[in-house]
Amino acid sequence: MNNVSNASGVSKQTKLTYREALRAALRDALAADERVFLMGEDVGKYGGAFGVSLGLVEEFGTERVRDTPLSESAFTGMGIGAAIAGLRPIVEIMTVNFSMLALDQILNNAATLRHMSNGQLSVPLVIRMTTGAGRQLAAQHSHSLEGWYAHIPGIRVLAPATLRDARAMLAPALADPDPVIIFEHGSLYNLAGELDGGEGPVDLTSAAVRRSGTDVTLITYGGSLPKTLAAADLLAADGIEAEVIDLRSLRPLDDATIMASVARTHRAVVVDEAWRTGSLAAEITARITEQAFYELDAPVGRVCSAEVPIPYAGHLEEAALPQAAGIAAAAREAVGGHG
Amino acid sequence: MTGTRKRTPKAEPGTVKAVPDTAKATPDTAKAAERAARADDAVAKHHSDLLATMLLIRRFEERCVELYSAAKIRGFVHLYIGEEAVATGIEAALAPEDAVVSTYREHGHALARGVPAASVMAEMYGKSTGCSGGRGGSMHLFDVRRRFYGGNAIVAGGLPLAAGIALAEKLRGSDAVVCCYFGDGAFAEGEFHETANLAALWDLPLLLACENNLYAMGTPLAVEHAQTDLAMRAASYGMPAWAVDGMDVLAVESAARRAVDGIRAGHGPHFLELRTFRYRAHSMYDPDRYRTKTEIEQWRAHDPITALTERMRNAGELDEATYEDLDARAQQEVARAEAAAESAPVEPVGDLLRHIHTEPAEAQP
Repeated sequence: MNNVSNASGVSKQTKLTYREALRAALRDALAADERVFLMGEDVGKYGGAFGVSLGLVEEFGTERVRDTPLSESAFTGMGIGAAIAGLRPIVEIMTVNFSMLALDQILNNAATLRHMSNGQLSVPLVIRMTTGAGRQLAAQHSHSLEGWYAHIPGIRVLAPATLRDARAMLAPALADPDPVIIFEHGSLYNLAGELDGGEGPVDLTSAAVRRSGTDVTLITYGGSLPKTLAAADLLAADGIEAEVIDLRSLRPLDDATIMASVARTHRAVVVDEAWRTGSLAAEITARITEQAFYELDAPVGRVCSAEVPIPYAGHLEEAALPQAAGIAAAAREAVGGHG
Repeated sequence: MTGTRKRTPKAEPGTVKAVPDTAKATPDTAKAAERAARADDAVAKHHSDLLATMLLIRRFEERCVELYSAAKIRGFVHLYIGEEAVATGIEAALAPEDAVVSTYREHGHALARGVPAASVMAEMYGKSTGCSGGRGGSMHLFDVRRRFYGGNAIVAGGLPLAAGIALAEKLRGSDAVVCCYFGDGAFAEGEFHETANLAALWDLPLLLACENNLYAMGTPLAVEHAQTDLAMRAASYGMPAWAVDGMDVLAVESAARRAVDGIRAGHGPHFLELRTFRYRAHSMYDPDRYRTKTEIEQWRAHDPITALTERMRNAGELDEATYEDLDARAQQEVARAEAAAESAPVEPVGDLLRHIHTEPAEAQP
């Protein structure tokens, strides 16, 4: 048995990885509710493409941990149908790039059925998928398209960036009567550390201030959080105190936490691994100019991926992605002469 | 068996002869004769019900054409006229606890399911009394109380959804069958093939009701399918599949009963290719340049309502007055639906953003 599988989830300081935290959440969910089942490509014996569900089929059987054919559209749509009919499916799609094959079902059914049916249908579905680059997987396994999903009314979009969120977001996502997509950043699976168990359940709506600071607000999420915290360390060495906000929820966005921070620091940089054009970073920047324009002492900065399909070669991939040095440079520019 | 199908509405090989299963009494005794008479009455009543449903669908849609021209109804409107035997025959084989997933050509499916004409008409008027509160329109009729899970206007988009409902029924151990309607156009979509494979793989209680009306919008069957024998292709997924004369309501009902019985007996998904024809264009926007008048007239000669009416007359089950009465009732129901839709309120604009997420009062544990 896993060492964090007690019913209350997290009870004490436990050393584990992001992957193990996700697995423990799945195990709890399967144990807690007969209606919950996990469905996706190779989630059974293989243990999931990234090893998240390893061991669960042995524990819960093939009815509850279902291997599917390579039919993203059909098994995602079946998750929607099963949810409508009263079950609580968790659908795993290997990567966000592959989720394009299921986008029809997610957009045209999951996000839409409640409204189109005038509130007659609920779709209590959770979809999990891997997103992001950093593992030299090239241009069909590495993109960050969560901003596209965050564009769609009717779904909640989550990006756990910490062990605690990886461990605790699934239960409230399953309790949500509407569809929820959880983006697991591929570079975080081996993130290891202590799980702080003293905080109780997490909410799915608020952003979190991961580091307090007074000089500039760095707004990020998912796999860019560790890089942004590293940038804040670099800045601190220069005497610049950066506040780091982890969005946690990409839809809805927690405007209040962002604006309160900007009101303190008067400078903001958005760090987003997606492409800049038409991005979540663009949306956040627009909201800051709409809601906190007169608080700003400098233009809002953005650090995004280069507008290129993510290349294979390590040095090119690294150059294409936001990195701590580039984030720190953007923050220094925002602070500028006033810093 | 293979190759391009002739576009004439002949009964196809594999068509199941209509044998009403209630008429089986042996006239050995007076009691038996009485039973037989009662059974005949029951058969006649059943035929009359089927005729009434087809007439309701026909009259409803004929009025829709007029109301569309009068700009009372807007958006896309896809008419089912000519295909009434399909929904009517299949619905006769389904139970209320069964579920239905439909397409954008769905008025007939909804009416046959028992969704009140008034709530369908109000929906087409965009009124708050519509079955989707005016948020769906002609293509998105929902009535969850009757297990009618909507018109899906993404071709083949309803198939995975229906399979998911079927999975839930199976996991719950219920007896319910899920019927998913789709067309020959959807058969070309990946979602059909993904779903057929998964449904067969997992033995789901799913009736795949393929309404082959020979045209995917304006593209003829032979121009979109290398192999036009759809039932044969469906059978390759390892499920019972056969073609049915979709212009013969009794043949449809009989085939659907056989399929539904098989599904309920745990034999997994079944596929029916219902060979049918829409007399009207694809939608009210379509000038119908791709079909000849001759072709349409050939199919009209096999009209499902006329066919059943003649069969009932020949069997002494229907006289002219009774037919006129059934037709008048259908027209009256449509007229009442229209009047109610005319006077119904619209949703307040203040409610525009409702039903995007579950409201606290609606949340179920």
